[in-house]
Amino acid sequence: MTASRMRSPLGRAIGLGSAKEGVEHWWAQRITAIALVPLSLWFIASIIALVGADLETVQNWVGLPLPAILLILLIFATFYHASLGLQVVIEDYIHTELAKLGLVIAVRLLSFGLAVAGIFAVLSIALGSTS
Amino acid sequence: MRSADRPLSPHLQIYRWQLTSVLSILHRATGLVLSAGTVLLVWWLVAAASGPDAYEAVQDFLGSWLGLVLLFGWTLSLFYHLCNGVRHLVWDTGHALDLESTYLGGWIVVGATAVLTLAAWIAGIARWVS
Repeated sequence: MTASRMRSPLGRAIGLGSAKEGVEHWWAQRITAIALVPLSLWFIASIIALVGADLETVQNWVGLPLPAILLILLIFATFYHASLGLQVVIEDYIHTELAKLGLVIAVRLLSFGLAVAGIFAVLSIALGSTS
Repeated sequence: MRSADRPLSPHLQIYRWQLTSVLSILHRATGLVLSAGTVLLVWWLVAAASGPDAYEAVQDFLGSWLGLVLLFGWTLSLFYHLCNGVRHLVWDTGHALDLESTYLGGWIVVGATAVLTLAAWIAGIARWVS
């Protein structure tokens, strides 16, 4: 009996091995990486332009449509990319199942929390709930 | 064979340092630095949304020696991770995987990181003094 015939028909159709996942992690890492190339270059250039600016100038800039949109995209892609990367590092070096799982969960929660905080800050400046 | 008797691959300290392996671990190290740096980004944005007092606190920190060192480390890490990340994306297409190309690409990454980091800080300082 060949190896492929030892798998259930459903297992063959889904095509996932014992890891129970496919290439989603790999793809998401690459797509966020591609997005972050222009976004992070834009962000650094913008920050350089804002050197020495007062709070009002910064708020006015964050509140403009294009910077607000790009900042939210930057935050989203950054934390998505970071949580995927940190997960791989944890899985490579932490071999105790409980500690590994705990750290991966902590990284996910922290990334999500920080991303929401950053996006909320941008939105509250852009939508004018602060002056 | 008992697990203790199995042959191990040589320990890290036995290998001679080489550009490719150093750049490889640096990609991971700068990724960790950048992950930590995201806290700074969120702090800055939340402070800007919170008002003058909170914003002054974050600006004071970023303008301190510690803040400037962290910012320099962050920009250096970002440019390195970005350049080497592009190198990784090229590898993902199946190109430039031979020994000569990995070294050439590696040195290009080192050069581009240095140039971009210096350019960003020269531009930033020029902006600051003007």
